[in-house]
Amino acid sequence: MNNDRTSPRSEPATKAPSRRGFLGVAAAGMAGILLAPGVRLIEIAQAAPTTVGASSKVRWGMLIDSGKCASGCTDCVTACNTENGLSGGKLPTDSQWIRKIEIKEVRTGKTQSLPMMCQHCAEPPCVDVCPTGASFKRADGIVLVDKHICIGCRYCVMACPYKARSFVHEPLSNQKTDVPRGMGTVEGCTMCVHKVDKGERPACVTACSDAGHGAILFGDLNNPESEISKRVASYPSRQIREDLNLNTGVRYSGI
Amino acid sequence: MKFVLRPVKDTPQGFYLLLGVFSALLALGLGAVGYIEHYGHIVTGMNNQIVWGLPHVFAVFLVVAASGALNIASMSSVFGKTEFKPLAPLSALLAIALLMGGLMVLMLDLGRPDRLIVAMTHFNFKSIFAMNIFLYSGFVGFVVAYLWTMMERRMNRFTPLAGFMAFIWRMALTTGTGSIFGFLVARQAYDSALLAPLFIALSLSYGLAVFIWVLMLVSRGSARALGDVLMARLARLQVIFIAAGFYFVLVYHLTNMYFTKHHEFERFILLDGGIYTAMFWLGQVVLGTVLPLVLLLAPGIGALRSRIAASAGLVILGGFAQMYVTIIGGQAFGLVLFPGYQVSSSFFDGVTASYSPSLPELLLGLGGLAVVGLIVMLALRVMGFLPERMDDAALEMAPAPPSPAVA
Repeated sequence: MNNDRTSPRSEPATKAPSRRGFLGVAAAGMAGILLAPGVRLIEIAQAAPTTVGASSKVRWGMLIDSGKCASGCTDCVTACNTENGLSGGKLPTDSQWIRKIEIKEVRTGKTQSLPMMCQHCAEPPCVDVCPTGASFKRADGIVLVDKHICIGCRYCVMACPYKARSFVHEPLSNQKTDVPRGMGTVEGCTMCVHKVDKGERPACVTACSDAGHGAILFGDLNNPESEISKRVASYPSRQIREDLNLNTGVRYSGI
Repeated sequence: MKFVLRPVKDTPQGFYLLLGVFSALLALGLGAVGYIEHYGHIVTGMNNQIVWGLPHVFAVFLVVAASGALNIASMSSVFGKTEFKPLAPLSALLAIALLMGGLMVLMLDLGRPDRLIVAMTHFNFKSIFAMNIFLYSGFVGFVVAYLWTMMERRMNRFTPLAGFMAFIWRMALTTGTGSIFGFLVARQAYDSALLAPLFIALSLSYGLAVFIWVLMLVSRGSARALGDVLMARLARLQVIFIAAGFYFVLVYHLTNMYFTKHHEFERFILLDGGIYTAMFWLGQVVLGTVLPLVLLLAPGIGALRSRIAASAGLVILGGFAQMYVTIIGGQAFGLVLFPGYQVSSSFFDGVTASYSPSLPELLLGLGGLAVVGLIVMLALRVMGFLPERMDDAALEMAPAPPSPAVA
C-alpha cells in the first residue's frame, strides 16, 4: 500500500511520462486489489446492523439475596470465567471479575456468603478518576472500560470502593470475540453487556439459577413493573458502602 | 546586585564519571521498561492489590521535590530575598529536571505507555489525573518563561511576574499531586483534603534538600565556593520546612486516631503493619525528621556543612520512606467493605496485601533519578545557569538572624 502511494512521487521529474503513467495505473490497480477486500468487509460488518444504542430509560441492576447464596458455591464465578474467557487463576496478579466473599460478624459470629463484583454505580468513582474517559458508564447504567483508550494508569483500581477492577498483568491468548481484553489495560465485570444487549441475562445470574439457588435477580431498576423493582420496593435491601452515596446498580438483601 | 551567569567549564574528571553513571542508570532503566512492556507487569512486584508500586514512590517523590526545588527562586522573586537571585536559575533548572524525571517514570510505568498520545488527546476533566497533565505542562511552561526573563536582559523586568506565576503554579501542582490521593474516596489512607497541604509542606522540605545537595556538588565540581552565611540560611530554612511537614503528618494521624472508623488503619501504620510500621517510625520519623533536626540544631556535633549535607541526605531518604508508607502502605491496608465483619475471599479481601518490589521497578525509578542528573549536568555545562561566584560577598548575603543552626 505504501509503495503505490510513494512510487510515482519518488520518480525523478525527467523520467518518461509513459513510465509514470504505467506506475499510476499500477498504483490504481494495486489500490483496488488492496481496498476491495476491506470494502467487502465493511459490507459484511454492516450486514448485521447493531441494535440501537443503550437507552437511559433502562437501568440494569441486580438484587442479590445473600440468604439464598450458598457458602462454598462458586457457580457464578465459574460461569463468569467461562463466559468472559478469564483464566480463573487465584494469584494476586490474576483478574477476578466476580468473587465470593464470606463475611462473619465479629460480635455475633453470624456468617454469610455473597458474590461481589462491579456494583455499576450511578456515580462511579472509577469514571470520575479516569484521566482519559476510558472508564465510562453507559446510558443504561452499565459501567465499562473502553479498551482502546485505557492507558493502564490503574487510578480506577485505586478509586473503586469494591475492589472490582483488575489490571491485566500478562499477555492473553484464546480471548472471546465478544469480550475484548488486553494486557496493560484495566478490566472488570461488564454485566455481560454482550448478552444483555441480545436480551439475555448475565452469565452469573443464569448459573446461580441453574444451580437452584436463584440468589441473583437481574432486571431493569427503572421499570416499576420489573420483578427487581417490585422486590426492591417491597423488601429491605441495601447497597454496600451506602455511606458513599454512589447509588449502586447491584443491591443486596439479607445482610 | 550584579552577577554573571556562566556555564561550568573545566569540569573535573568526576563530572564525566557521574555523567557516565547517570547514562548507565538511564540505559538500565529503559531496558527495564522494555522488559516490563514485553512481559507485562507480571514481572514487577505489583499486583491487583498493590497496583501502584515502587515506580510511583520514585515518581511522586520527584514530582513533589520538583515543586520544592523552586523554593530558592521563589524566595528571590516572590518574597524579595534578592540575595538568592543568583541561585534562582539553578533552582528553576532543578525544578524542571525533577519534574521531567518524575513524569518519565510515571509515564513509563503505564500499562500502555505507547498510548501517551491518547492521554494527551482524551480528557476527563473531573479526573485530577487529567488536570495534573495541565498542571505539569503549565509548570514547565511557567518555569521556562521565568528562566527566560532571568537570563534575557531585555526581559528582566518581567521576572517578578513570571516568578510569581511559577510560584502560584507550583502550589497548584503540588495540590494536584496530593489530591491524586486525597480524592480517593474509598480508601482509609487517603480520602482527605489534608493530603494537599501535607504534600506542599513535604515539597518544601524534599525540594530544598535536593537543591542543597545539588548546590554542594555543583560548588565542588565548578570550584565556586559557597559562603557560610548562605549555608546557614539554607540550614535554617530546612529546619522550618521539616517541621512544617511533620506538623501535617501529626495532624493527619491525630485526626485518624480520633475517628473510630480509621482506628484499624492507624493501628496498621503505627503499630502492627510490619514493614510499613518500620518504615514509618524508622524511615519517616527517625531518619527523615528527628535526626536531620538534631543535626541542624545541635552545633556541637560537627562542622555545619557536613551536618547540612547529612541532614539533606536524610530528608531525601526519609522522603522516600514516607512516600513508600503513603503509597504502598495505603494500598496494603485493604478496603473496608463490611465494617464490623471479618471478611475473606479468593481476591485477598480482609488480608494485608503483599508486595515485594522487583529489580525492573527499581531500575525504572533509578532511571528517573538519572534523567534528573543528566538534565542538570548537561544544562550547567552548556548554558549559564550558575553565577560566577557563590560566596557570601558576591551574593551580598546578609547574616541570618540568630538561630541555633548558624552556630
